[in-house]
Amino acid sequence: MSDYIIEVKNLVKKYDDLVAVDHIDFKVSQGELFGFLGPNGAGKTTTINILCTLSKPTSGEANVNGFDVVRQQNQVRQSIGLVFQDPSLDERLSGLQNLRFHAMVYNVPASVREKRIEEVLRLTQLWNKRKNDVRTYSGGMKRRLELARGLLHYPKVLFLDEPTIGLDPQTRNRLWEYILELKRQEGTTIFLTTHYMDEADKAERIAIMDYGKIVAMDSPANLKRRIGKDIVTVKTDDNNRAADEIKERYQIETRRDDDELIFAVEHGEKFLPRFIREFGTKILSVSLRNPSLDDVFLNLTGREMREEGVSSSFKAMVRQHGRRMRR
Amino acid sequence: MNNIRGIYTIWYRDMLRFWHDRIRLVGAVSLPLLFLFVFGSGFAPIMGNLGGGVNFAQFIFPGIIGMTVLMSSFMAGISVVWDREFGFLKEVLVAPINRASVAMGKTLGAATVAMIQGSIIMLFAPVIDVKLSVNTAAFMLPMMLLLAITMGAFGVLLATRIKSMEAFQVITQMLMFPMVFLSGVFVPLNQAPSWLRGMTIVNPATYGITSIRQIVLGDLEGAVYGIDLFGTTMSIWNNIGMLAVIGTALILLAMWSFRNQE
Repeated sequence: MSDYIIEVKNLVKKYDDLVAVDHIDFKVSQGELFGFLGPNGAGKTTTINILCTLSKPTSGEANVNGFDVVRQQNQVRQSIGLVFQDPSLDERLSGLQNLRFHAMVYNVPASVREKRIEEVLRLTQLWNKRKNDVRTYSGGMKRRLELARGLLHYPKVLFLDEPTIGLDPQTRNRLWEYILELKRQEGTTIFLTTHYMDEADKAERIAIMDYGKIVAMDSPANLKRRIGKDIVTVKTDDNNRAADEIKERYQIETRRDDDELIFAVEHGEKFLPRFIREFGTKILSVSLRNPSLDDVFLNLTGREMREEGVSSSFKAMVRQHGRRMRR
Repeated sequence: MNNIRGIYTIWYRDMLRFWHDRIRLVGAVSLPLLFLFVFGSGFAPIMGNLGGGVNFAQFIFPGIIGMTVLMSSFMAGISVVWDREFGFLKEVLVAPINRASVAMGKTLGAATVAMIQGSIIMLFAPVIDVKLSVNTAAFMLPMMLLLAITMGAFGVLLATRIKSMEAFQVITQMLMFPMVFLSGVFVPLNQAPSWLRGMTIVNPATYGITSIRQIVLGDLEGAVYGIDLFGTTMSIWNNIGMLAVIGTALILLAMWSFRNQE
């Protein structure tokens, strides 16, 4: 037995011509909160599906809790809890009945079953609603119930595949409180996939995935430090001229985001006063920040992870809706 | 042991859902009863005597029981497709239970419900003057279960391959009606022309419907209602044997197919 709860070696998954997962390697330690970050279609869910035995790898090896995901499926399944991207509850049954079903299939001993169910329901604050049908629950409550269910059989690893997709920011924050609380209380290893930067920031270590490959893996702080620069966002009355001027004066490439120019500099706090003093184009506003994971991603791939702000959550909603419509 | 637990849990959930939506029972038995009383009693004078000294309503009564069981047990398939649509199937597929036992549990769950519905129809025997002894009724339970398991397994088998709700419904309609009409629910098969008879003998439902009729109308040897297969008149035991072979094949196929789906 090794110290790692998840070990992945040279994992590949191909669908016809598409290589969804392209020779990836990583290890996750016991009790770690490990994040998989990447845009939609990067191969995060495919990786999770392989780790939780829903899909077979084309080649390579993966172990969870010391068990091989192909040859020891039942042992792997017994070791893990899951919260999927899409809901997976029986809406016609009550929350309590859903949990009892889960306890039965996962063979939670009858002597501790009811006590454990109460424990996870209280942790996710659903105890008072336990007898209501799941279809009467709100989106956030359903997610919490899935979280409670995922924990019910004392899994060694809890997989959260985009656990907050389609939820409003408040519900997302609440859900994260529960996730961090259960990590504290139960010491469960958490394997998370997300394309929300702020969620990935909560992880102890993240792997950034793009086109089926892991392009970087480290703690969020280290990844940001790797950029070694600060991010300046500036708005001028003529952005084209400003972009030229920045290139000429400082030999720095800028990138356009709506009506703003963004660029990276070393020692931003020293650069900024000088910049404002000597810049020829009229500056309307300027701000300085530390690099985000988005900048890390941009730096690694030359592309943006996703559009920030309201428009992206709207897109997520449309996507969610579209998915339902297609059913 | 693990497998038994898997089968039991899946079956148990179906029972929970059945109890939860028990009001649906009314809907599930009202169509067959409508057939029986409006169609059966209404056409009785026109159809006259159908052999064996029974009127039309009495003749179709066992057929209607069989039809109820058949249609209801086929729901095992719809329920699998439904679970896939609503995501619940994923919860089942990542659970540490054998997938073959999931297929078995689904089949048995739907079969149990089908048997309950068939039994409710059976209770209407006195209304149309069919006498059922306790022994006959007791014989009917395993008979209905056998038909239900066969059809349930067929439904689950289809559901492992046909994954969209819409497609599944189309296929179900396409299979269900010919299966019902070519199984002798409404008409005696032994008077049908030979090309039609050829179609009835490849229909697994025929053996179930005929068996039920032979039990309910007291013709175990098949002298009146028995079907001819390769020149021999099928007794109830022949029919049950046939159905058991088909049923076993279908359930094994369903379990194999369920195991091998992604």
